[in-house]
Amino acid sequence: MMWFNIAKAQSFMPTQGTEIAKQVDNLYGFLLITSFIACVLVIGGMIYFVWKYRRKSSEDKTAYISHNTFLEFLWSFIPLVIFLGVFAWGWFIYHDMRSMPKNALEINILGKQWAWEVEYKNGYKTVNEVVVPIGQDVKLLLSSNDVIHSFFIPSFRIKQDAVPGRYTALWFRADKLGDFHIFCTEYCGTSHSGMIGKLKVVSREEFDNYLEQGQEERHLPLAKKGEKLFAVKACASCHSVDSPAPKVGPSLFQKFGHKEVMDDGTEITFDENYIRESILEPNKHIVKGFPKGVMPTFQGQLNENELNALVEYIKELK
Amino acid sequence: MATTSAHGDNYLNHEKGLWSWLTTVDHKRIGLMYMITVMFFFLIGGIMALLLRLELFAPNAAANVGGVLKNGDVYNQVLTYHGAIMVFMVIVPGIPAILGNFFLPLHIGAKDVAFPKINLASWYCFMAGAALAVLTLFTKKIDTGWTFYTPYSIKTGTATVMMVLGAFIMGMSSILTGLNFIVTVHKLRAPGMTMHRMPLFVWALYSTAILQMLATPVLGITLLLLAAEKLFGVGIFDPALGGDPVLFQHFFWFYSHPAVYIMIIPAMGVVSELITTFSRKVIFGYTAIAYSSLGIAAVSFFVWGHHMFVSGQSETAGILFSFLTMLVGVPTAIKMFNWVATLYRGSVTFDSPMLFALGFLFLFAIGGVTGIMLATLPINVHFHDTYFVVAHFHYVMVGGTLMALMGGFYYWFPKMFGRMFNEFTARMSFIFIFIGFNVTFFPQFILGAMGMPRRYFDYIPAYESLNKISTIGSWLILTGFLFGLYTIVQGIRKGAIAPMNPWRSKTLEWTTSSPPPHENFKVEPIVTAGPYEYR
Amino acid sequence: MSTDSATHGGVRSAHVSHHFKDATQEYDSGKQGIWLFMVTEILMFGAILVGYGIFHNIYPEMFAEGAKTLDWRMGFINTLVLIFSSFTMAISISFVQKNETKKAAFALATTVLCGAIFMVIKYFEYSHKFHLGLYPGHFLDTAKVGAEHANLGMYFGFYYCMTGLHGIHVLVGMGLIIWLLIRTIRGDFHSQYWLPVEGVGIFWHIVDLIWIFLFPLLYLVG
Repeated sequence: MMWFNIAKAQSFMPTQGTEIAKQVDNLYGFLLITSFIACVLVIGGMIYFVWKYRRKSSEDKTAYISHNTFLEFLWSFIPLVIFLGVFAWGWFIYHDMRSMPKNALEINILGKQWAWEVEYKNGYKTVNEVVVPIGQDVKLLLSSNDVIHSFFIPSFRIKQDAVPGRYTALWFRADKLGDFHIFCTEYCGTSHSGMIGKLKVVSREEFDNYLEQGQEERHLPLAKKGEKLFAVKACASCHSVDSPAPKVGPSLFQKFGHKEVMDDGTEITFDENYIRESILEPNKHIVKGFPKGVMPTFQGQLNENELNALVEYIKELK
Repeated sequence: MATTSAHGDNYLNHEKGLWSWLTTVDHKRIGLMYMITVMFFFLIGGIMALLLRLELFAPNAAANVGGVLKNGDVYNQVLTYHGAIMVFMVIVPGIPAILGNFFLPLHIGAKDVAFPKINLASWYCFMAGAALAVLTLFTKKIDTGWTFYTPYSIKTGTATVMMVLGAFIMGMSSILTGLNFIVTVHKLRAPGMTMHRMPLFVWALYSTAILQMLATPVLGITLLLLAAEKLFGVGIFDPALGGDPVLFQHFFWFYSHPAVYIMIIPAMGVVSELITTFSRKVIFGYTAIAYSSLGIAAVSFFVWGHHMFVSGQSETAGILFSFLTMLVGVPTAIKMFNWVATLYRGSVTFDSPMLFALGFLFLFAIGGVTGIMLATLPINVHFHDTYFVVAHFHYVMVGGTLMALMGGFYYWFPKMFGRMFNEFTARMSFIFIFIGFNVTFFPQFILGAMGMPRRYFDYIPAYESLNKISTIGSWLILTGFLFGLYTIVQGIRKGAIAPMNPWRSKTLEWTTSSPPPHENFKVEPIVTAGPYEYR
Repeated sequence: MSTDSATHGGVRSAHVSHHFKDATQEYDSGKQGIWLFMVTEILMFGAILVGYGIFHNIYPEMFAEGAKTLDWRMGFINTLVLIFSSFTMAISISFVQKNETKKAAFALATTVLCGAIFMVIKYFEYSHKFHLGLYPGHFLDTAKVGAEHANLGMYFGFYYCMTGLHGIHVLVGMGLIIWLLIRTIRGDFHSQYWLPVEGVGIFWHIVDLIWIFLFPLLYLVG
């Protein structure tokens, strides 16, 4: 088994966060070793032969060996057996991966360009951050708002596409505390590589506190609430708030009260009304140098109170 | 081609002037025309690849400001062009349209392919489609990735329709070439050239042609439906209208999985030729290699779902596709063992074509075993759409197909141009490409295992050093191909006059003069033995 | 490749291109090539039929509702027209083989005419649908046309894609038959050489055959 452990240590796989991750790594370790042996046989055999039988004179006589049924049977049959063995082993683990546990904690995940929106059963919403308790079955219900995304947690060895128009699901039972990466692995456009989230595995108590606090946040001051909304609606994927550098859209940092040149040459003061209009009718006035039609409208998705919160937050970006 | 006066009347000087080339129906000239165009597109696709690697050397997307490429959008466009150009304009037509066109009739002792005019039409189709696709660079460009997945390709504001129509027209070119090859093999073999006396390269082209014929129409209709989706919003692939975006993936991979065998099987054929010639020995297991090509072709139609294990298809479908994919591994393994066994008790030289063939075996072995890993369900779930997949298919497509194309090109160079090339620079090109390739793509296996997703414009700090190594490797590959280009140009212009059969090979094309006369053979050959009679 | 079929000493010669040994080899090759091309045509339509099958399975009512808006009589007439044109196409080949050039030309002309009738009826069907606002996909305003099924646009997506692609094939076929007609009148085809006529004939029959699948699937289903 020593070889086995060395292969595993050299496999460069991320931390194992779940039991399934360990099983996957065992299978991968086995595959690494058999692959290594197969490569040594084929490549080693090739190097040995080309060296041993290198041309000695231009009139070398070579053996006329057209085939050997027994050998050919062997090297068809042995790989077949290995392949089928690997297939069966894989099937076994895959079945575990795909069988959704009953009584799992369910969390809804909505993929959208370019953020993961997370919604817990009690209605608490966050973005790009999933918090789960350790040692409990968790089921993630995935869906998508626009294009196909794919939810990938390397440390748990699980991945599932989020497809618009239907639900897909994932499950895991984390047995390690800590923070793990979430990547989007289905190409989804401009900020595909920025669609990175964090999965936090915490103790049961911490998890309960987290949800409770989330509930309390509803009673935050207006600007704080705006900050939260700004994150939830993924405005930050296109607008920076801490530096004047533009992203997909213009930066909002220290903009309030200044004049902006529009693409039709007119000047507009960046005030409460302009912020409001830009959220509800984003294509009406575009700042010079930025493309039209990129920002979606949020008409109907924000109530008056939420709009006020956003305006208040953007106002205070100093 | 002013260099061929020393050779008497041959296909290069039989007629003169550009017009005679543009209207030629000679399969050899059409092969060369494909060579020039494919090399041109390889240059464009290669520049795109270097740009991608350069960007990933030092990305700085924190403020959405890139390293070399301006932002995520530019990066996505470059990766789309790299993929689409390399797949549709380089690797798919590469070996069949260049070497296949040139040598299939010579291999079987025919004067031409069955439908020479259609052969020319196929080149024009290819040019028209490629032009349409590449001209999108001057419109709104395209950023869908070469896979055109819906609904992204429907929603994006870029030139999907134009690109897709270009790919459709190139698909027609591919169908016509395949059709031509099948009929040529069936009907135009010289007297005595039975199916089982055909060189393995011909068997490989034959299997490929079947795939081209059967798979490409499905891609064709899929791309047309995608264009219709974009233009008229027909709703078949659009979830907003009740359609199913995953159906697009099924249709797409129903072509595109066989397509990867369209890319690799001809390479396997070339390698069979190279290994017998340069070990001067009969191929081990002729029948097994010939029929395993057909076997791979047949099974390849039933494995498309292995691209979609995490797409939301059912568990049962996943299991079935994994099982079938394992079965494709067997004929591929058979070929590997047969090639190695051919070397046993041979008389091996290390001429540059042979170096490429050995390089092929080395890289394809790694590409093959990682393929089995990817076919294993739970491993695939982790590796899907990570750099592991990127490394795997580059090992197979570049390490496999492109190595074989280079090797085959050097091997047949004396026959094609009647001149020898500089062996030293040819070997240098091998050394740089081989080492550079491993430096570029082996780290990507590790990156994939660590979880780095593909098509990422930026990455977390943990992936930095391996990405830097990979980029440095890409410069070594560039050096290798520059050596290759020098070798080819220098050989055509100044190479020594080539004898009729410099490698003392046994197949038919070496029994005619170098370069071959207008209709290939002065006297129709009569075949009395198999292709590899080294006794 | 020389395509002239000059008569040598009053005897019509078989047509053989430079790279073929004899007329039989050329004929066999050509015919195999045409059949292989038909395989690709069938696969192309096959794929869209698979798509049709899948969605028909998901939304049977939608397809039933869509089929009701089509006039099966128009489709039926078109089916008869195409079957008749297949017949005239077939006899034109036998006339060519018997060196009855005039009759062959007449049969080919009838075939083109049938194709034209088919397209004219199609034109009336299309324009009637446009008039009613039955556009494909998101151009179809479900409220305006009073559709019961929300995705009715998809039915018309299939309808226009399938019949449109088929219609393009009919037009291409008509073009090819006109080309045959000119060459027949010129006397290019005779009892020793009729491969192009037969090739286009096979194409025309396949196009008809596809219609025979499309007609019940789009008009009669549900």
